[in-house]
Amino acid sequence: MKTYLLPSLKLTAVLIILCSVLYPLLIAGIAKTAPGQGKGVTLSLNGKVVGYENIGQKFTKDEYFWSRPSAVDYNAAGSGGSNKGPYAPDFLASVKARIDTFLVHNPGVTKEQIPVDLVTASGSGLDPDISIEGARIQVQRIARKRNKNEKDLFDLIDKTKEKPLLGFLGPEKVNVLKLNIALEGLPK
Amino acid sequence: MIIHPADISVMVAIFAATVALAIPLGKYIARVYAGEKTILDPLFNPLEKGIFRFIGVDPTREMNWKQHLVTLLTINVIWFPLTMFILMNQNWLPLNPDKIPGMSPDLAFHSTCSFITNCFQQHYSGETGMSYFSQLIIMFSLFFLTPAVTLAAMAVVFKALLEKATVKLGNFYNYYIKSITRILLPISILTAIAFLFSGIPMTFHGADTITTLQGAPSVIARGPLAAFESIKMLGLNGGGFFGANSAHPFENPTFFTNVIENIFHILLPIATVFALGFYLKQKKLAWMIFGVMTIGFLLLLTPAVYYELKGNPAIAQMGIDNSLGNMEGKETRFGVAASAFWSITATSSMNGAVNCMHDSFMPMAGGMQLLGIMVNSLYGGVGTGVMGFFIVIILAVFIGSLMIGRTGQFLGKKIGMREIKIAVIITLLHPFLSLTGTALTCSFPSLTLPTLNNPGSHGFSEMIYEYTSASSADGSGFEGLGDNTPWWNISCGIVILFGRFLPIIGAVAIAGLLAEKQHLADSAGTLKTDNPVFGLMVFSLIFIIAALAFFPALTVGPFAEHFSLH
Repeated sequence: MKTYLLPSLKLTAVLIILCSVLYPLLIAGIAKTAPGQGKGVTLSLNGKVVGYENIGQKFTKDEYFWSRPSAVDYNAAGSGGSNKGPYAPDFLASVKARIDTFLVHNPGVTKEQIPVDLVTASGSGLDPDISIEGARIQVQRIARKRNKNEKDLFDLIDKTKEKPLLGFLGPEKVNVLKLNIALEGLPK
Repeated sequence: MIIHPADISVMVAIFAATVALAIPLGKYIARVYAGEKTILDPLFNPLEKGIFRFIGVDPTREMNWKQHLVTLLTINVIWFPLTMFILMNQNWLPLNPDKIPGMSPDLAFHSTCSFITNCFQQHYSGETGMSYFSQLIIMFSLFFLTPAVTLAAMAVVFKALLEKATVKLGNFYNYYIKSITRILLPISILTAIAFLFSGIPMTFHGADTITTLQGAPSVIARGPLAAFESIKMLGLNGGGFFGANSAHPFENPTFFTNVIENIFHILLPIATVFALGFYLKQKKLAWMIFGVMTIGFLLLLTPAVYYELKGNPAIAQMGIDNSLGNMEGKETRFGVAASAFWSITATSSMNGAVNCMHDSFMPMAGGMQLLGIMVNSLYGGVGTGVMGFFIVIILAVFIGSLMIGRTGQFLGKKIGMREIKIAVIITLLHPFLSLTGTALTCSFPSLTLPTLNNPGSHGFSEMIYEYTSASSADGSGFEGLGDNTPWWNISCGIVILFGRFLPIIGAVAIAGLLAEKQHLADSAGTLKTDNPVFGLMVFSLIFIIAALAFFPALTVGPFAEHFSLH
């Protein structure tokens, strides 16, 4: 017993110090030099923090670009998806309802133009991005609401959108919060 | 549907990068366990010497296979009460800025079983279920220690297959400590630094409260994530810091971090296969194993990606633009192809980290994830993948040799009755645990029906996924399941313990018994074990076992759901 238990107990203590104390402290030390000092990168408007770059927000007003639907209502202290099976009746009903709501708020848009990401919930419920198409079909609504030129808004999307990694890995997308901050920055 | 070349190139790029890294890493791992010189010697020799002196162990004192197993189990037994205690008392323990309550006894039992076994199946949500203290002491340590346990056991198996007529198989503490200092720690540190500069936070400050652009208050949970993520993925632990795991934009913020995390899903499982080849100087054997695993992996991957890119026909019928594929439960920054690819690497490798929600996959794609954890030996876990495959090889050698009228012989060792008995028991254990658990659960509908998130066949899939994931130490789930009830916590906890330790004991025992035997030279009539013909045999054996054991369950679950709409 003693030959096995004692060394194992001591070893456990040493390894806790190595893996649970020294390792995270080392990385936390290096984090001071990283973007946002390791506390997460925030975005500001007029000197006021309005959110974290990577954490999506809920937008309901017509003058903003909307994010994707969220199963947790963009609760950044309780992430998650809907976990609904693809053929679950309540899931399909909610997708239908989202399509109808979107059409009501965007009168000039036809059903066939709505990309699927705008009516389905993300895995985290905090998706910060939407597809380029998902941003473009919202332009008409926002331009009318804000009294802006549609072309300026399309240009804004092109300027804000993020290219795939190395030009070919992953989808092209646009960060909704960044886009809306840029939108607020347009000359009145 | 249109399959974009970009979608294919994403998958090819991740897989090719993994193999390109796995071969040199495998060579390095083989050198570490063989005790040869490596480049990290000047850095880690003094550290290891200090540890050995402190714990009073002579790393050159050799153990037999039984002593190895007693040491392995002792190390795990210590963690059981320690983990239970911390989880149930985290409310008053330090480093709890977000005032997280202690866990209930049944939830703490399940979490403990799940953490000390590298399964990391979670019946709680990280943001509200675990304090920083629990995450630091339990998760950080066990993220390193649990893969180190199986790497060390694997090193014992390697040594046993190399030696002849001996009971001396190296020192367990030596393998165990070196797995951490030489393999897991250096790679984790480098990766964590890369993660820091890709936007993954690393802070001990609690949640932040901000006002959103639209003017609503919002609480943002944070944590020491960069260090957490690298070892979570490298060690195939897979337990999320947050409920959404690697779908959470703090755990996995960019396509770059996604590629690195995805490579780690299968990096150590593939590297250890090559390590076997380098260690035993049987490179052809390693390529045979890698080939069989990869063919199986591709057979799971292809239908999964196809059905996900095709999207949900029920949504297409509504008349919208469905060309992005099945986006429910997936993140825009990864897209459907990289998400489907991730999910199959996660379920082939027993990692269990998710970057999208498996519950919302199309039925046939979800069925492929399920089949991955059912088969349980395509890549497999850190060390356990190689050991599991070793057991299948023993069975295939036995059956193949009988076909040509010989007694089975593997690497010059005659396979006896005891080894075969152990191999058969271990092979049947996984289907037994997953199916019995599901059957029992189905017999008590009052306990379990209210916990299902979806009706019909999909609800059945949620149940069988939970037990198969528990038994295989994968740890992912159809997460809609409301699994924090005494029934799920206790039954899954027990399944996890048996599903983890019996296969490790079995593999080490078989290897230990083989090491005691005299070496026999191969003759012209000996069954060759390193060529494609034998690979085909092994593949058929895996397929037949999985088909006989699991296809009825797959039919009731995902297949029935698929055909219900067509």
